[in-house]
Amino acid sequence: MTEGHASAGGPLPECPRPEAHIVTLGTTPAHERRFQARLLGYCRRNPAFPIGLGILGFLVAFAGLGRLLWPVELAQPLSSTPYMAPNVENPFGTDTQGRDVLAVTIAGTWLTMRTGIIAAALGTALGSALGFASGYFGGWVDNVVNWIVDVLLTVPAILILVVIAASIPGQLSSLSMAFIISLLAWRRPTRQVRSQVLVMRNMGYVDMARLSGMSGFEIIVRELVPNLLPYLVAVFVLAVSASILAAVGLQAMGLGPQNEPTLGMTVYWMMYYSAFLQGMWWWIVPPVFVIILLFVGFYMLSSGLDEFANPRLRQDRR
Amino acid sequence: MNLSGILKRLVLTGLVFFGAATLNFFLPRLSGGDPIAERLAQLGDSGGTMSAEALSAMIASYNERFGLDLPIWEQYLNYLWDMMRLDFGYSIAYFPTRVWTLIGQALPWTIGLMVTTTLIAFLAGSFLGAFAVWRRNAVTGTLMPLMMVFAAVPFYLVGLLLIFFLGYQLRWFPTGGGFSPLVLPSWDLDFAFNVLYHASLPAASIVLSSIGIWALAMRGMMVTVAGQDYMTFARARGLSDRRMFFSYGIRNAMLPQVTTLGLALGQVVTGAILVEIVFSYPGLGNLLLQAVRGADHFTVYGIVMILVLTICFVTLVLDLVYPLLDPRVRLGAP
Repeated sequence: MTEGHASAGGPLPECPRPEAHIVTLGTTPAHERRFQARLLGYCRRNPAFPIGLGILGFLVAFAGLGRLLWPVELAQPLSSTPYMAPNVENPFGTDTQGRDVLAVTIAGTWLTMRTGIIAAALGTALGSALGFASGYFGGWVDNVVNWIVDVLLTVPAILILVVIAASIPGQLSSLSMAFIISLLAWRRPTRQVRSQVLVMRNMGYVDMARLSGMSGFEIIVRELVPNLLPYLVAVFVLAVSASILAAVGLQAMGLGPQNEPTLGMTVYWMMYYSAFLQGMWWWIVPPVFVIILLFVGFYMLSSGLDEFANPRLRQDRR
Repeated sequence: MNLSGILKRLVLTGLVFFGAATLNFFLPRLSGGDPIAERLAQLGDSGGTMSAEALSAMIASYNERFGLDLPIWEQYLNYLWDMMRLDFGYSIAYFPTRVWTLIGQALPWTIGLMVTTTLIAFLAGSFLGAFAVWRRNAVTGTLMPLMMVFAAVPFYLVGLLLIFFLGYQLRWFPTGGGFSPLVLPSWDLDFAFNVLYHASLPAASIVLSSIGIWALAMRGMMVTVAGQDYMTFARARGLSDRRMFFSYGIRNAMLPQVTTLGLALGQVVTGAILVEIVFSYPGLGNLLLQAVRGADHFTVYGIVMILVLTICFVTLVLDLVYPLLDPRVRLGAP
């Protein structure tokens, strides 16, 4: 259909290069001052964006600087005296196994974010590829992809992941968890990208590119992907949040790296050793607080990115 | 949703069921793990309380169950047939007990908790979402973002916070369990209160974090409804504010909420399962945790299968019921 269309349309003598069109649609590389003014205006219209960015920036700084300023080796069991309330040596106290809670929180934030980002990057890449292919080419590719996504989306990811993680013998590392989660992380990106491509493929500049003799693959790479880049960013942010949700959930059930101090495993251990009954509030509050901040930060960021990501909203505002 | 939509949903349900069963059958074989051997190793570690007869009986039942002498495709077909009859076999951790018995004991707790909390959150959230549109003031203006932030946090983390503040610091509520350890289950008022008392914190954490889902969807619908001509006309007729809100506003905005229920179902189910784990509530979630800890694969598969089927079934029912509720969407309509 797409190939036939190009030849049936006949040659057009003066076909403007499609790139010229993109520049007016996408974010123009404006003058620096204009960019700042626009960024400010954007933040004023979408206060969730700076708040979310601030929360996540704080967590990245906490995990990044924390690794430099505090010995994270203390996150290993038996590195300190167990059952210690916060004191000078261990500002956040220690748990029942002698891990320093501050080191656990720093290392856990790092590991949890890494797991989420790896899983989401793989998921978004695969999902976008599938979404572009099925949305643009249609036909049986679209049908097959659509059905598979439909079937997989009916079941919450964590239920499938429980079965997979429980069936794998031996130890899981937080890295292999990221790969397991990425096995399902592509479902939503596929659906989201596909629905956008369905709208875009009938737009003028895509027709124009088709008429100028671009192949389907070229159109996707050179026309659709650059235009959808803001949307892909938003899809990625959502995917990171969903991957972290799955990772922490699995780990809280004990399906995680037993010898790595991820945030989810910390939740598991604090329940395993009934930290509440022992009154070890210092063990519970920091990791739980960080996980909550993570989710709220990602939620804020993604709702703040709405205007940036949604091409329709973006055009209305211009 | 028309007839072909219903048909598609039916085929989807079948495919999901088939896929889940296939995954359960092939995963242990692909990963090379042997559940029975793992269990034996575990028993060896803990000193072992199982007699030799029970052990050999277990291995025999395992062999008989999977018909290990049969070719693999025949094993697979047998397994599918077992799953279709919802026969999950024996628990590995509590050997002579069947998986169904374990699930049967846990199921009433889960259903009770989930249905009650979903109903409360659905009604309260819908009302709040609608009210936020109807009366835009400082209270609704701060309440809505707060509820949405709660909705972004997984249920069980809200649960951990509630345990910490209300259970541990203030000691107003028990921190876990389905009823007091010293009380014997019986059908009287005392026990009922005891159960309700223990359910209040898990229920509160589910309601608190899911109320935003409904409020958000309802707010979107209510904005549309409030701008309709019939609302202007109702005001022109001099109807009371209250009547307009309930009979014209909520009534019209409420029905699409059923669709939201279908979309949020998976989130609600898995959320509630994890809340049960945090509160060691005697439902399916806690059973799942025990099964994962004990490498009790058959119980894990059984629970996942039941949850998957429940989600598929409820979605199907919602799809079927929705056209009956909303005269604007009729079966068979184009």
